[in-house]
Amino acid sequence: MSSPMTKRRRPLSPHIQIYRPQLTSVLSILNRITGVLLSFFSVWLVVWLVVGAEGPRSYAVVRGATTSWIGRIVLFGATFAFFLHLCGGIRHLVWDTGRGFELRSIYVSGWLVVAASVMLTVAAWAVGLSTSAG
Amino acid sequence: MASDMRSPLARASGLGSAKSGLRHWRAQRLSAVALVPLTLWFVASIITHTGSDYRAFAAWLRSPLTVTAMVLLLVVLFYHSALGLQVVIEDYVHSRVQFAAVIAIRLCSFAMGAAGVLATLRIAFG
Repeated sequence: MSSPMTKRRRPLSPHIQIYRPQLTSVLSILNRITGVLLSFFSVWLVVWLVVGAEGPRSYAVVRGATTSWIGRIVLFGATFAFFLHLCGGIRHLVWDTGRGFELRSIYVSGWLVVAASVMLTVAAWAVGLSTSAG
Repeated sequence: MASDMRSPLARASGLGSAKSGLRHWRAQRLSAVALVPLTLWFVASIITHTGSDYRAFAAWLRSPLTVTAMVLLLVVLFYHSALGLQVVIEDYVHSRVQFAAVIAIRLCSFAMGAAGVLATLRIAFG
């Protein structure tokens, strides 16, 4: 007999070590994370404009930082974050009309968001690199 | 709970809906819809202007269409960002800091938007 005071050690739920993340929950938190990241990246846009207003010399410094290898990697991440947030946001807007809540369509739209974000990011960089090289 | 001597009504009053949730929700969606064409335009312009020098950059920003789109983008972007960050703070911060953090987010977003718009206008008309 166990008294109400003695606490039996029961497994906690969700059990983090064996918990398999679902596409739904991962995309949900990614939409929030990319939103926060894009808020920080938008500060870079303002820096770029303010420096542009300062004149050619300061602009060249920021342009150098942006086109450096680290700058390009960050910019690539920002591009993917943008497309993920854009596609995820459009998915949310469709949900707001009350459509697409069946389990199957949730997974179809989820994978569609992932595929579209990857393709758009790659396409944007392919075009960007080919125009800057040519 | 046991040390709280207030009546259930006193505990509940002042909590709960502030009757402003729908307005926030609607503004977030409206700004999201507006950002779809604005951000796509921005990304497309950046792709075609990567690595362009100052003269090309200034010439691009001086065209009336670009100025209009850039000002609209900055206003809607920082509005949408402030609304979104507010929700994130309200979800995870549950102390007195919450109110201060939301105010700070709003002020910073406003400052960023204003700085961006003024810089754009300065390049366009300077």
